[in-house]
Amino acid sequence: MRKIYLPLKKEVIRKLRQGEEVLLDGPVLTSRDAAHKRLVETIKSGKRPPVSIKGETIYYTGPTPTRPGETIGSCGPTTSSRMDSFVPILLRHGLVGMIGKGERSLEVKKAIKKAGAVYFVTIGGAGAYLSEKVIENKIIAYEDLGTEAIRRLVIKDFPAIVSIV
Amino acid sequence: MRIADTGLITKAVKELCLKANIELRGDILSALEKARRKERSSKSRRILDIIIKNAAIAKKKRLPICQDTGMIMVYLKIGQDVRIKGDVKKAAEKGIGQAYKEGYLRKSIVRDPLVRKNTGTNLPAVIYIDLVPGNKIDVRVAVKGFGCENVSKTRMFKPVDSAREIEDFVVASVKDAGSRPCPPVYVGVGIGGTLDKAVSLSKQAVFRKLGKNSSIPHIARMERSVLKRINGLKIGAMGMGGDATALGVSVLTYPTHIAGLPVAVNISCHATRDARKVI
Repeated sequence: MRKIYLPLKKEVIRKLRQGEEVLLDGPVLTSRDAAHKRLVETIKSGKRPPVSIKGETIYYTGPTPTRPGETIGSCGPTTSSRMDSFVPILLRHGLVGMIGKGERSLEVKKAIKKAGAVYFVTIGGAGAYLSEKVIENKIIAYEDLGTEAIRRLVIKDFPAIVSIV
Repeated sequence: MRIADTGLITKAVKELCLKANIELRGDILSALEKARRKERSSKSRRILDIIIKNAAIAKKKRLPICQDTGMIMVYLKIGQDVRIKGDVKKAAEKGIGQAYKEGYLRKSIVRDPLVRKNTGTNLPAVIYIDLVPGNKIDVRVAVKGFGCENVSKTRMFKPVDSAREIEDFVVASVKDAGSRPCPPVYVGVGIGGTLDKAVSLSKQAVFRKLGKNSSIPHIARMERSVLKRINGLKIGAMGMGGDATALGVSVLTYPTHIAGLPVAVNISCHATRDARKVI
């Protein structure tokens, strides 16, 4: 299985093939429904968002609280299609990768291909397994959103399948 | 008359919330292992391997199987010969609060469905209380993530519609859901009653152990037929194509009105979670 290093470079994305199983290594941002809404509202109002998404990969997850001495709690993917309406604007602002589960809308598919970005799926309901693939975890924005806060994670040997490229 | 303290309910609900979230049901795990053995797609086999390994890691590390630790549903069947001192619902919610705090489970509940501010406690829950003969208290806790809750469906059929049309609806519901509900899924179907009764039946249908069919012959036939058709869809584990799209189909029925035929389809993920205790 091929290892893919993050942050994703355009030339690396170009060589990915739909259906290919890979292992991801490197930094990602976490964001899901509430953080996406806030992030996109901020961008639309012309203000600077608290995190730059340029060149970033977003992992759609809302982890369980971290037990003392651990890096993170269970942290599997959530359904990506709920974030579909936010994707085109984020791609325009430099987002290059997404990790989640489930199908995307036709519009999002086209936008991902046009932007030269990539959408990976990982294994839903395997939150405990995936927690062992996270080596760093830090809240960096919207802490008031609890599990939906934006985090910086560093993942290692994180299993994913190329879904849209 | 048995006198019981509400503390018993708090303790049981807490224990069951933790058990349901952390320990995958034995019948589900066996069904996943069986699906893994029979799966012909190598990609699906690798996914099923991870799902099976996940259950072992969760149990060993006391981590929830899935980060979506759900909105809790509590089913209390209270014997008529038990008198409980105190507030039963509050006692149940206290148990949930304790489990979610002490068990490091995710708090996913928002107070107002439109304003959407997290309550921070995973409360309130959805609690059903039923009165039954006897002096026992039957406590069941069910946890369902919303990835699969969001793709569940209901439809009010006409009384003249055929069983085949209901089957088509169930199969189409699973097809439309695709990989979003985390297949292989367990499909619960409620037929009859009123709109709400059909939904309630579809929820309780997945409490039945996998591998068992309805005791009503034509319903058991429907379960087998629907399961075969769903697995013929070849959605496979996490939608990657393969033989294992559903682990089982369970149908519960109830008498209904001459003018109606309500049907509810509860699509439940491969981490279908519930736990039960009689006190």
